[in-house]
Amino acid sequence: MNLLPYLVAGWLFLVGLYGVVSSRNLIHTVVSLSVVQSSTYVLLLTVGFRSGGTAPVFADIPSGTVVVDPLVQALALTDVVVGATVSALLLGLAIQVHKRTGTLDPDDLRSLSG
Amino acid sequence: MTATLLTPLMISLPIGVAALMAALGRRLPRRVLDVLATATAATVTALAVVLLVLTLTGSTRVIAWAGGWTPRQGVSIGIALVSDPISAGLAVLAAVLATAALVYSWRYFDAVDVYFHALVLVFLAAMCGFVLTGDLFDMFVWFELMSAVAYALTGYKIEEAQSVQGALNFGVTNSVGAFATLLGITLLYDRTGALNFAALGQNLAGHPPDPLVVASFVLLVTGFLTKAAVVPFHFWTADAEAVAPIPVCALFSGIMVELGIYAVARVYWTVYSDALPVSAIRGPMMVLGVVSAVVGAVMCLAQRHIKRLLAFSTVSHIGLFLVGIALLTPAGFAGTAVYVIGQAGVKAALFLLVGVIALRLGSISERELHGRGTGMRFTAALTVIGGIALAGLPPFATGLGKAITEEAGLAAGYPWLIAVFVGASALTGAAVLRMAARVFFGLGTPAAEDPTSRFDDDESETEVDGEEPTGRVPHTMLIPPAVLLAAALGVGLQPGLTAALGQVAAGFFDRATYAAQVLGLPTPPHAAATVEVSGFTAEGIGYGLLSVGLALLVAASAVFGARLPGWITTTARAALPPLRVLRGLHSGHVGDYVTWLVVGVVALAGAVGRILL
Repeated sequence: MNLLPYLVAGWLFLVGLYGVVSSRNLIHTVVSLSVVQSSTYVLLLTVGFRSGGTAPVFADIPSGTVVVDPLVQALALTDVVVGATVSALLLGLAIQVHKRTGTLDPDDLRSLSG
Repeated sequence: MTATLLTPLMISLPIGVAALMAALGRRLPRRVLDVLATATAATVTALAVVLLVLTLTGSTRVIAWAGGWTPRQGVSIGIALVSDPISAGLAVLAAVLATAALVYSWRYFDAVDVYFHALVLVFLAAMCGFVLTGDLFDMFVWFELMSAVAYALTGYKIEEAQSVQGALNFGVTNSVGAFATLLGITLLYDRTGALNFAALGQNLAGHPPDPLVVASFVLLVTGFLTKAAVVPFHFWTADAEAVAPIPVCALFSGIMVELGIYAVARVYWTVYSDALPVSAIRGPMMVLGVVSAVVGAVMCLAQRHIKRLLAFSTVSHIGLFLVGIALLTPAGFAGTAVYVIGQAGVKAALFLLVGVIALRLGSISERELHGRGTGMRFTAALTVIGGIALAGLPPFATGLGKAITEEAGLAAGYPWLIAVFVGASALTGAAVLRMAARVFFGLGTPAAEDPTSRFDDDESETEVDGEEPTGRVPHTMLIPPAVLLAAALGVGLQPGLTAALGQVAAGFFDRATYAAQVLGLPTPPHAAATVEVSGFTAEGIGYGLLSVGLALLVAASAVFGARLPGWITTTARAALPPLRVLRGLHSGHVGDYVTWLVVGVVALAGAVGRILL
């Protein structure tokens, strides 16, 4: 088992979180969130990888050939769709925040505190 | 119609109607949309009730495999919808609340357009899918659909600055939680090669816990605990519910956050119950629950903004639910189930009543509204009943659930839990009663400028978009809360409820039978599969009355604080600095919220990870 992809996934998750936590701009926050999400893509594909495996298209390969796990690819695809939806929605909200308040800095948006 | 068509229909019908409405809705008159949406939600309610009856009377679960991909020789590659009385019951609850919210919206919004109805229907479909699924990744997909729709509904009043900010805080915090859940699912798949709950449980059973299992559990429940608004994952709740339209708040507090608790219990009992022993889970989860109950109750009492007040009371009750689940005994689970039903009826009713106040008086600030609701007798009566029911008055379902869970805590060796239950329900009930006393009866002095809050009441006064306060409240806004309160009372009075719940809880905990039924294997021989759950005992009724008494006392001393002897007010003032710190943590800053989420994950990982040492 190669450890590197697991470390990459962990790194992406943490560095994305750091971006969300330290962000001074809501657009940057949403993009950081996408970085967090890309850790899930990496981990999914890592989990399904088979050493020496080929693409799981069974039309023209002999049965018994080693293929990578097609299930995680389907999951990753679903994950991408979910991510696109959420990012679009959040970016739309961020634009609306800017329209209504004139700022995108979360430090200036404290009206919901307490 | 066969039973296996029932569950897919509960999901596809509302999604189909929502798609139709989104496509054609602009050409249809508003009343047609109202009727169509309400009729769809009512149909889902009826289907869910049929499913509940089927699962209660039949001895097996109703299992539907998508596309007919049934398991062969105990191996499944298909995706299943699996319903037992708990999932069917939660679907009933979701559908009833959605119906009530849609009826209420007939006259609540004037300027609502087609997307509101469509979003509520998709939200209902996602909740049904979430409780009915038997597949972990499927559960994540429903979770995300539910979340995305919830963000959109929160920010529905897109012209208001606070509204979009609340939705954004909600969206970012919950998305981080959801991605943690997905990482947990992936790790679990890496270990087992399965996604079906039954197959996952079979795979993990019989092995000692290892770091991967612990990590996957902690990551998996992070998203669910965030959705459930458990402290310290809860910060989005008050922001979202302060700004979301009233009918949406009723759905959030009544059912959506409770589904987070359901997911933790479902995943534990079908997947992890063999791999992670009770000793690994009970302590950490109970600590989270107790902290939520206390923080939620204190924050609730401190609020002057009525919707935030109700949102924090939900945080407090969620804490009590988590404690009940974390006991990991059938009695604790059964008590929590009743408590969830009762709280859903009462809390949704209270939110809807706050909407009546907002429509009639044009504000939702307790300070602003002092004595202005004196003419609203029916609304006042319902609000007071709601406050007392929230405090746990027997025989409301809230009182019954609280009594059973307290008893379960006692039986599991935690007598001090009674103090937590009595205290949290008394304080949240007191906050509602105090608000009612001030708004409807003009008692005492008006609430002072809130010394510990930076939350600006005045900015969020226009609850009902652009409408002038009106003199008459339409019946469609008063009947739903009255019916919901009556239902909370009726469920508590149901004879035979506790006996049935004993059996349901035992079935929910029985991992081997679940796996056998789903995977089509021979059902293992049964140990005594029914559990005695007591109904109301003398102690239970006594603690219920104690909570109500304390709630009245606290509410009265808050309202008539000026007339209390000096030493009491001086002592009370000593609580202000810590309260100010606690409220300062609820900063409205999304970065802070995610920081707390990370703190929660690390703490939970440490606490659950003790098992590995």
